[in-house]
Amino acid sequence: MAQLKSPAELARTRQQIISRRTEKRYIAINASGTCGLAYGSDQVFQAFVAEIERQGLTGQVGVRATGCLGFCENSPIVIIFPEEICYLGVKPEDVPEIVSRTLVGKKLVNRLLYKDGNGKKIVHEGEIPFYKHQSRIVFGNNRFIDPKSIDDYIALGGYSALAKALFEMSPEEVLETVKRANLRGRGGGGFPTGIKWQTTRNAPGEIKYVIVNADEGDPGAYMDRSLLEGNPHSVLEGLIIGAYAIGSHEGYIYVRQEYPLAVENLSVALNQAREYGLLGENILGSRFNFDVTIHRGAGAFVSGESSALMTAIEGKVGEPRPKYVRTAVSGIREMPSNLNNVETWANVPLIINQGADWFASIGTEGSKGTKIFSLVGKVNNTGLVEVPMGMTLREIIHDIGGGIRQGKKFKAVQTGGPSGGCIPESLLDIPVDFDELAKVGSMMGYGGMIVMDEDACMVDVTRYFLNFLAEESCGKCVPCREGIRQMLHILNRICEGEGKAGDIELLEELSEVVRDASLCALGTTAPNPVFSTIRYFRDEYEAHIKERRCHAGVCKALIAYYILPERCQACMICLRECPVEAITGGKNVVHVIDQDKCTKCGTCLEVCPSRFTAVVRLSGEPVPPAPPPKTEVVRSKGAQK
Amino acid sequence: MTKELSRIDRIVAKHQADKSALIQILLEIQRENRWLPKPVVMRLSKRLGVPINQIYHIATFYKAFSLIPQGRHSVSVCTGTACHVRGAPRLLDRMREALNIRPGQTSPDQKFTLSTVNCLGCCALGPVLVVDGEYHGNPSSKEVKRVIASCD
Amino acid sequence: MRGVTLNIDGREVKAKEGMTILEAARDAGIYIPTLCYHEKLAPYGACRLCTVEISRNKRTRLVTACVYPTEDGLVVKTESPRVIKIRKMLLELMLSSAPVKTIQDLARQYGVAKPRFKAEKTVCILCGLCVRYCAEIKRANAIGFVGRGIERRVVFFPEIASTVCASCRECFSLCPTGKIPSETDGVCFDDLTLEDFLGARPARV
Repeated sequence: MAQLKSPAELARTRQQIISRRTEKRYIAINASGTCGLAYGSDQVFQAFVAEIERQGLTGQVGVRATGCLGFCENSPIVIIFPEEICYLGVKPEDVPEIVSRTLVGKKLVNRLLYKDGNGKKIVHEGEIPFYKHQSRIVFGNNRFIDPKSIDDYIALGGYSALAKALFEMSPEEVLETVKRANLRGRGGGGFPTGIKWQTTRNAPGEIKYVIVNADEGDPGAYMDRSLLEGNPHSVLEGLIIGAYAIGSHEGYIYVRQEYPLAVENLSVALNQAREYGLLGENILGSRFNFDVTIHRGAGAFVSGESSALMTAIEGKVGEPRPKYVRTAVSGIREMPSNLNNVETWANVPLIINQGADWFASIGTEGSKGTKIFSLVGKVNNTGLVEVPMGMTLREIIHDIGGGIRQGKKFKAVQTGGPSGGCIPESLLDIPVDFDELAKVGSMMGYGGMIVMDEDACMVDVTRYFLNFLAEESCGKCVPCREGIRQMLHILNRICEGEGKAGDIELLEELSEVVRDASLCALGTTAPNPVFSTIRYFRDEYEAHIKERRCHAGVCKALIAYYILPERCQACMICLRECPVEAITGGKNVVHVIDQDKCTKCGTCLEVCPSRFTAVVRLSGEPVPPAPPPKTEVVRSKGAQK
Repeated sequence: MTKELSRIDRIVAKHQADKSALIQILLEIQRENRWLPKPVVMRLSKRLGVPINQIYHIATFYKAFSLIPQGRHSVSVCTGTACHVRGAPRLLDRMREALNIRPGQTSPDQKFTLSTVNCLGCCALGPVLVVDGEYHGNPSSKEVKRVIASCD
Repeated sequence: MRGVTLNIDGREVKAKEGMTILEAARDAGIYIPTLCYHEKLAPYGACRLCTVEISRNKRTRLVTACVYPTEDGLVVKTESPRVIKIRKMLLELMLSSAPVKTIQDLARQYGVAKPRFKAEKTVCILCGLCVRYCAEIKRANAIGFVGRGIERRVVFFPEIASTVCASCRECFSLCPTGKIPSETDGVCFDDLTLEDFLGARPARV
């Protein structure tokens, strides 16, 4: 491929790519994304390639390995275009049937269609409730793109925003457009992107850097991984446009070590962009030079903090800097450095192409555009969802997520990662945007949305986050390191049944100091899980402390498993399955759990047949004495069937 | 060790002995060697002109690095939030039992290293188990046994 | 050099441009407690004990005096109720890990008695004076940090320490908790080395 020397050449190349394509239909399979691969999408992809050839459809039907398609748990996902027929959970052995029935015979393979709650089959992707309520302006193109093919991206109009920015707009105009669109950073607190750009642009310094923060560390959030894996050029195009607006010629993409496929797809994308003259010297003949280096993280949550990330890029330990100067002014090698996360950059080409007004027409007063959330945990439909800012939590969880699994009761939704909070049922009708989430004591963060049901213990969840932070803090400053250590001690005590009166107040007192005195944002936001769970779920803390009761039955020290002698039918199942051989009994002899041996793994409760339900979990009450040895089973009527 | 050290020199040369590439160089060594032996660190310190205390700070700060030999097979349980609420603690218990080691440990025969990771970004599949780079979403005890048995 | 004028605890204080609040306060004889500060070393901002309250344009913030640069018109309160509350808690926290004279004296000064927290006697508060002095002034790098989070520690590197420490020992007098030296008569110290750290590192559960 010769380098493109002008926007006209880019447009011509686009036309050539489109006209070369003879296929009238094509099949998208999420075989270039981590989730899909985990479910064997690659085998399905290979099967399609082979079957299309075998049935002589080469040239008529194309097959494309795409990145994440959002509805991850139903992988491998197959979408047949242009009809948008969507098959879920496809196996390689289904492929010949799909090709003969659907592609040749124009019939459906019913068993692979989405089935809604009432058993109704849904054919088209866009009509599946999970997708129907979304507006996928950023994430939707994943469906049409093989991330390893720059041609796929160009065919969709890719890099036209870059051409427009470089040839029809001055850097100031680009900056103004992003400011007017009121794009806010999608990786944390929601700082206005345009203002950040302007700060770096205006800051003194010979060299300026632009950086993609792909150190998506919030556990439970993975939209950045899916964008980088599935549509890397959209991020790159946004970055180059930003560099042009800021006056930067060097960029970095900082990718988490935990995302190997993102690094791979991104590396391919960078090389292709260089070959096409879209990256490097004299981009598209504009005389604008810009190039990018990938910097892999090595596994540290704190390195996502902007000054820590920049220190890491310098090859040093990724610890936050104590300085009171913004990285936009003094970042990498003390040069002005502008950092935005993946999703933020991916929004930029859209804004340039479609205008600030279009972008600002989506969303709420203070939060414009869409946001991608990872809707995970105990909802029926888990996956990545992109919705306009301002949709309510209830709509996201119930309309898109299909409500709670197994008919259980909703308890809380956790947003914002370890810096965020847990939001209770009573607040599900708040519109989701930067400001509303902050008001209820949580935050947007990267967009993780972890739904919890009645089986989640909020004290345990808080302990989980503090444990995470104890491990992930850099450990430099006293309030963060020692404060988290002691908060974790207190929470451990409470979960182990050793909570004391005053513990809740002590947690609050500590939290305030950690918030006010810590060096970086990891520390200042570390107490948020504590604040929010005490605010909304204080009763659970109190039950743990005063009654030694864990409602959810999570805290092992506060629960016991017990076999109701009158219900046990001596079926031997729990006895056999118990991993520590804590259950005694025999044929016709009531089974008994040896409480001293029991590790409270819950296997017995799980395996006890539902027609007996003889195993119960107790909390906050004494375990009844065991029946005398060799107690014979009382046959129940229900058990005789 | 001589072979290892010349490998270090090759990696360092690839990065033009650039100090700011230290973390990237360590990642490459870790990937090829599965751990960072002391002679390797000393050599790297000399070649890059970075004091060993800085290298060790990095090597003990980031989760990707190991200063003790790792097993031939890496078994990792995701303990991200989504996995946590969907049973990661139990999956981790099961792996501890299956491998008879605790997270962070390597089996005496150097076969397995068990570790935890704070979110792999496969949250919809949770709880997630990764064995030698292969992802398994919510594996059944049968699947766990099969995967472990297939490692030699 | 241009000067700036700021207000610390109600007093007009003149400072050279580029000075931190802490330096300006000390020049003016105003006390702000510190544990990780050393005039010869780059500001580190880890103990947070020098936290003060500043106001500018009606906005109030808590900042560390050892890092925050002075500016014209800045109003600083070194002992506001919020500041006192922070210092008390920090000292209470440090007291549970390092119940030593320096910390006890400071704690007493702020009215902190017995810490309510679980004692975890590492005796080191990770102020980093030894590590930074060894690196920045001596350029020896015989001592360093390892680990992160609550596992962060200071260790000696015997490969270097065995050749340079015996004739130096300058970090001994810097250490606020007396963790170094643990043995003053020997050539080297029985303090933690990297191997000890790795051996002692508890597995994550």
